[in-house]
Amino acid sequence: MSAILSFAITFALGCYAIASILVLLRLIRGPRAQDRVFALDLLYFHAILVVMVTGIRHQSDHYFEIALVIALFGFVSTLAMAKFILRGEVIE
Amino acid sequence: MNAGALWVEVIVAVLLVVSGLVVLVSAVGFARLPDFFLRMHPPALAFTLGSWCVALAAALYFSFLEKRAALHPLLIPLLLAITVPVTTVLLARVSLFRGRTSGRGNVPPSLARPGAPERESERESERETN
Repeated sequence: MSAILSFAITFALGCYAIASILVLLRLIRGPRAQDRVFALDLLYFHAILVVMVTGIRHQSDHYFEIALVIALFGFVSTLAMAKFILRGEVIE
Repeated sequence: MNAGALWVEVIVAVLLVVSGLVVLVSAVGFARLPDFFLRMHPPALAFTLGSWCVALAAALYFSFLEKRAALHPLLIPLLLAITVPVTTVLLARVSLFRGRTSGRGNVPPSLARPGAPERESERESERETN
């Protein structure tokens, strides 16, 4: 792996870290519950990106499956929380 | 390392840098915009351009490493393209409903029948009578 790709991976991971901190600030501060649910969804998304970029850095295919599982869990949990703050129950 | 490898790595590096910048911009927008409905817009940038850039970089890099077409990373943005609209529309409806029922949040009234009760609460009362 050349130095330029190594630098790009470090740069991208740093950007994701700063972005996650900003989203975390919104998660803590967010005035209403839907802000917090959406912030958590974005954190799941940043986790997917971090795992995929780490897979490029380690030149391994297995990280892709972790990213897929995180994506599915993020979708289901966001859906469940949105349903919960809408109706007060997840499954009626 | 031959020249072809270097070019592939340069393209992958550019895609990764673009995705990092796009995700950062969307997170700044999400943290700074004043209203929930305004805040829903910037993450769309990251969900589309950010995820496609990373997936294309991974597909290109693994195709180059394994000397075959490794297209499986493209499944991630495809999955996101299916799931993200569902959650986004649901959260927008949640925000509308909660803003209307609580009177906060500065949301417009329902267009269905002015002055009529919200549909969710109608269903609620129907369920209670059943």
